[in-house]
Amino acid sequence: MANILTVDDSPSIRQMIKVTLAPAGHNVIEAGDGAQGLEKAKASKFDLVITDLNMPVMNGLELIRALRALPALLGLPIVFLTTESSEAVKLEAKKAGATGWITKPFKQEQLLAVVSKLVRS
Amino acid sequence: MTTLDPAEVFRQEASELFDVLEGALLDLGVRPDDKELVDAAFRALHTIKGSGAMFGFDAVATFTHEFETAFDRVRKGEIRPDQDLISVALAAKDYIRALIEAPESTDSIIGDAILADLYRLVKPDDQVASQAPVAEPAVPTLEVRSGWQLHIEFDTDILRNGSNPLDLLDDLGKLGPCFVVALTDDVPFLDELDPEHCFLKWDVTLHSACERDAIDDVFIFVQDEMKLVCEPLALVDAAPPLVPLEMPIVELPVAEAPAGNAGHAAPQPERKREEAREAKRPDDKANATVRVQAERLDELMDRVGELVIAQARLSQLASATDDISIKAIAEEIERLAASLRDTTMGARMVPIGSLFGRFRRLVHDLSRDLGKPVEFVTTGEDTELDKTMIERLADPLVHLIRNAIDHGIETTEIRAAAGKTDIGRIEIAATHAGAQVLVTVRDNGAGLNTARIRAKAEEQGLIAPGAVMSDQDIHQFLFHPGFSTAQTISALSGRGVGMDVVKRTIEAMRGSIDTATVPGNGTTVTLRLPLTLAIIEGLLIRVGEGRYIIPLSAVEECAELSVADERERGRNFLNMRGDLVPFLRLRNLFDSDGEADLHQKIIIASAGETRIGLVVDQIIGSHQSVIKSLSKLHSDVTMFSGATILGDGSAALILDVAQLIATGQGLAEKQLVKEAA
Repeated sequence: MANILTVDDSPSIRQMIKVTLAPAGHNVIEAGDGAQGLEKAKASKFDLVITDLNMPVMNGLELIRALRALPALLGLPIVFLTTESSEAVKLEAKKAGATGWITKPFKQEQLLAVVSKLVRS
Repeated sequence: MTTLDPAEVFRQEASELFDVLEGALLDLGVRPDDKELVDAAFRALHTIKGSGAMFGFDAVATFTHEFETAFDRVRKGEIRPDQDLISVALAAKDYIRALIEAPESTDSIIGDAILADLYRLVKPDDQVASQAPVAEPAVPTLEVRSGWQLHIEFDTDILRNGSNPLDLLDDLGKLGPCFVVALTDDVPFLDELDPEHCFLKWDVTLHSACERDAIDDVFIFVQDEMKLVCEPLALVDAAPPLVPLEMPIVELPVAEAPAGNAGHAAPQPERKREEAREAKRPDDKANATVRVQAERLDELMDRVGELVIAQARLSQLASATDDISIKAIAEEIERLAASLRDTTMGARMVPIGSLFGRFRRLVHDLSRDLGKPVEFVTTGEDTELDKTMIERLADPLVHLIRNAIDHGIETTEIRAAAGKTDIGRIEIAATHAGAQVLVTVRDNGAGLNTARIRAKAEEQGLIAPGAVMSDQDIHQFLFHPGFSTAQTISALSGRGVGMDVVKRTIEAMRGSIDTATVPGNGTTVTLRLPLTLAIIEGLLIRVGEGRYIIPLSAVEECAELSVADERERGRNFLNMRGDLVPFLRLRNLFDSDGEADLHQKIIIASAGETRIGLVVDQIIGSHQSVIKSLSKLHSDVTMFSGATILGDGSAALILDVAQLIATGQGLAEKQLVKEAA
């Protein structure tokens, strides 16, 4: 059981993540954009952050950089969602400090697999 | 926990995204260089694509992807979005919407045609680069493989980014038995050791028949931050693994992944609840909003209505008693009921901007179809109206805007000849005025052609030729059923149905409609609407034995009918400070029983520009009226717009002032004709 923060401007994606992860026993907290996500990540201890890249207010790359700049959150696994299969986007996000990624569209099993890869009970 | 179906959430979300997309595209037409708008459009497209694919809308994802690719040159700033491009983009948006909302009624041919148009407009360099997935280097497969020899080195700051080498080795262990040797050569002395860095390297012998891909999968997230040497074990090596490894074996000195990763699994209930309460919507404005089903709001309003009625009865009982404490509690409840009513009505209020947004597309399309460039300006989008009124206003406003563009705005040539700007202007504005909301549709076109309207009215036998009429009255014929001055019937207007329907719709909402025009300078149509349809402030009056309500918003003043006025029997006109106001004796109109009061009162009521006096027996006072509609049996009764329940439980009819004015004018005209004869 882990505390997972999902940051996405699309409520349906957040809902999808929630209905996938909650039955696996995880606490899923939602945030609608990078700025909200950053606030929530500062306020509580999370075991994993799943963030979209393309978001209003503060995009995913900015969020990843901001999270990585916080000493208290060092080592926090951050996974980004991307529709682009392009390597450039992946590299940029990795360089910003992301731990891994999930390519949209993803199946529930894929999401669970990635989560179990980065979150150990 | 909410268990909304994500696909349903997606449909709702998509519908909002389409509005965003359409808004951005239309704005782009005005500000083609605004990078923000392009980004907003792309973000919306992107989400539709990504989520669409997730929830099984594959056709949506495919089409949106193509659309996005074609539009990419706009994003890169290589192409300025012109009107043609925006029209195609809007068509594409409509198509995507249809794919989601009514997939069976659409066809991929439409999509192909749209894409063809789009590609023609953006003229991509030869063809769209197909994004073939990067081919994995083919690994020669061995017939029998006993395993792999791995050498693993991570970048020293691998821990910072949230990857845990121990977990990765653990995953490797799931592929088969491993023999792991930790290489500690690079580990510095303790005083030089940075616990946030990874200094260890590993040699792993993996006994597994797995493919190379399976190993790459384990390290998929870190393959750019590591050195992985992977060699197949010699075929001959059939020896069993030396140690069936229980992970992990690393003892020292690499730290666990630093703080933040592990060791805080215990949830904190208060915190969770707090965050769950926070809104789900992405934009700031909606942050503090909750979505409520419309029916629930209607139900709440009904309950509040019942409460107000019950409270009125209580107040009436309390006024008849000497018990101070009952009076006090009745007053308290009256105050609470009033504020509850206001709050509930407030919750039903929706900014009219949501409605205005829809018209931008209408204006854009009409302007294109008719070849009349039109600028569309809205003001007062924040003005709030009851949500049911907003819904009912949509059709009348569509009609008024169509008329304004089709009849009002002149062609570019005529405008140029008249020395006006090329671009026509349609302005739609909303403002509060007391308990009413004014919605105006203004164009800077040619204005109403009074002579033509008059001619048409004479032709249809609505007025006698040469009758003396004010321009204002002549313009009222526009609202006459079957009246149209359009010389040709276009797809848009000129069929004579519409303006009368507009008027009827507005009046059904207890509103009124007025036109003002300046020849050569345009027309303004003003709709006056009550704030809500559910509860009104009314003036309670008595005529004979019956009690009636006049909407307070229509009441201008109350006076006593002087004996002098009374004497002038037969002539139902009142001199109000120089203005002649026709009046109606409600006693006569309603055939009331009983003796008339000695001192008759007169109430001056107005609808729009016209006024009427209503003679009543008694003015009782103001009354909170919860409007109950009349039954279908009474649908042909035009003089009343509804009924309400009074404090003592009896019913009172609500007068429809606009209808009374029409009746009054009819009577007055008859009288004038009689006098003339």
